Amino acid sequence: MNDFRRSFLKLAGGVGALAAAAAAGVLRSGQAWAATWNKAGFESKALADVLKNLGAANAAESADIVITAPDIAENGAVVPVAVTSKIANTQQISIVAEKNPFPLAATFDVSSGGEGYVSTRIKMGQTSNVWAVVKADGKFYTAKKEVKITVGGCG
Amino acid sequence: MAEPMKIRATLQGDVADVRILMLHPMETGQRKDAKGEIVPQYFIQSVLVTHNGKTVLDAQWSQAVSRNPFLGLRIKGARVGDKISVTWTDNKGEKRTDEVTVAAAS
Repeated sequence: MNDFRRSFLKLAGGVGALAAAAAAGVLRSGQAWAATWNKAGFESKALADVLKNLGAANAAESADIVITAPDIAENGAVVPVAVTSKIANTQQISIVAEKNPFPLAATFDVSSGGEGYVSTRIKMGQTSNVWAVVKADGKFYTAKKEVKITVGGCG
Repeated sequence: MAEPMKIRATLQGDVADVRILMLHPMETGQRKDAKGEIVPQYFIQSVLVTHNGKTVLDAQWSQAVSRNPFLGLRIKGARVGDKISVTWTDNKGEKRTDEVTVAAAS
């Protein structure tokens, strides 16, 4: 009886180890296919780190970027944000919600033919600034707009 | 299998106005279910939009994009009948591709 119990435990331990190995494998393959996904940027928790990971630490403010977002959003789960960049040769547009747990919401790489315009809907936990970070000709420009949130959308 | 996207592409002048609506739960990994257990992250990580086979927009998203995401963009130099193809990939490796042709402005 005791012997049986021992071998059962051994078996169970083996299965557990196998499951852990499988989980590790899944994680690895996940990282491999998302080679272009800016993991460091998306996992940054402070605005300064996000800008650093985007390579935009010394970005200049620009009046040529227009953020279209409501002044007051009632529902933080759905905040419509559109960014229009009038800067020539816009290559990349990022949307950052400053006080979210993970501020970087989205990055858009615009190729030839695409206009410097994107529009989407993001979640925001609380009232904060929404930043648009635009890369054009290898240089970074930013603009910001405050959006007041009545009910947070991160819970 | 993932639900099909709703895509609308209309021509205004020589610019195609493309609007995409994807159906996806976009879980943040912060929400808890009725049992108090954290719902694991499940969100679209990348979206690729091509115009006649040429990439025009390559988006990388985090979990902060809203549920059933909307994406709007404009493509210069488009014509009626051009093919717009949209592919998304989520963090579980699931994919979905849908294609539309550019329609004349109504």
